[in-house]
Amino acid sequence: MPHDHPDHAGISASGHPFRPDNDTPLTYWQRMEVAVRELLIEKGVTTPAEIAAQIDAMDARTPANGARVVARAWTDPAFKARLLADGSAACREMDFDIGALNLVAVENTDDVHNLIVCTLCSCYPRNLLGLPPDWYKTREYRSRAVREPRAVLREFGVELPAQTRVRVHDSTADMRYIVIPARPPGTEGMDSTSLAALVTRDSMIGTGLPRCP
Amino acid sequence: MAERVRVKTWMPPGHVRAPAYLRGKTGVIERALGAFGNPEQLAYGLPAEKQPLYRVRFSMAEVWGAGAEVSDDTLDAEIYGHWLERV
Amino acid sequence: MTDTDGRRWHDMGGQTAGPVPLDEHDHALWEKRVDALMVLCSGKGLFTVDGLRRALEDMGEDAFERHSYYERWIAAVNQNLVEAGVYTLAELGARMHEVAARGETYAQVNDG
Repeated sequence: MPHDHPDHAGISASGHPFRPDNDTPLTYWQRMEVAVRELLIEKGVTTPAEIAAQIDAMDARTPANGARVVARAWTDPAFKARLLADGSAACREMDFDIGALNLVAVENTDDVHNLIVCTLCSCYPRNLLGLPPDWYKTREYRSRAVREPRAVLREFGVELPAQTRVRVHDSTADMRYIVIPARPPGTEGMDSTSLAALVTRDSMIGTGLPRCP
Repeated sequence: MAERVRVKTWMPPGHVRAPAYLRGKTGVIERALGAFGNPEQLAYGLPAEKQPLYRVRFSMAEVWGAGAEVSDDTLDAEIYGHWLERV
Repeated sequence: MTDTDGRRWHDMGGQTAGPVPLDEHDHALWEKRVDALMVLCSGKGLFTVDGLRRALEDMGEDAFERHSYYERWIAAVNQNLVEAGVYTLAELGARMHEVAARGETYAQVNDG
């Protein structure tokens, strides 16, 4: 909802500057994007159709993809075992176009809660879940998730029992991570489509829990 | 028994994927991930040697000492072999 | 004179910071295009993801604080394309100048 803010030139209530949008004055960086894109097309590196197709492919990657993977893992123990053994192969088995993604799936249980971060940049399983949320890329999340994960989780409304072990995963290199959240109670007998609707983006990063039915 | 490794304490400038907060810290290899191009060469457009990559698990107590929220919570990170030494 | 421990600005794990800002924004078309250009150019072997990150890191902390994510990305994509010899700075400068002359908003300077 980029137009909901009261003052285009100002700072939001949370102290963060608004992002330039299509109808605001053209910025230096937008001019650079147009120029780079046109030069790449003129030199035969890419085409407008290829760029449009790439945007469509990224737009088609959403947390709903991951939710389907999680729901299948909840209902199909053999699939869950394959997902934990080789996350990328399991996603390809479900016909998701994940490109070169090397995916590691980590499982939340009664005793373990997993949390994903990238302290060095903002690595994210984008070829499955789409682009990361803004907060995932912030200094605050990147700095604190490895040192005080429980305090960070409380800011997301997740309070963990003291006996639950937190496992933080810093995506420092070639792997990307997805959390298989614990299946909520009261979901016995639900089919995988209904279950997938309970799986939120944040529950697959570890900053949230699935919805309860 | 899991193999114990320590992250080297080197501090060269440039594109390095071993986070500073883990340098000098000791953990155990959670799994070997195979060999990947060395980002310290890839970042500069150079031909990259393959380096073995490991997921290393550290305890929060090892990483943060007395400042850890819960000492038995863990931190996993991927570290290239040339940044690790056996303990 | 100041010394340093060698830690670089982007290496943020464990640093002190405030509450995580939870506001989110939808990606604008120009941001999606930057993302697409990065994926396509790296896929064609013109540079690597590590080359992109290296340029982002070398831009420094000031750029991180002042500019948005995709503003920094287009700068880093451009840096790598110039280094790869895909186009020259003169070509880029002339084209950016020409783009500015087309109009005052992103919509106006794009064809169609």
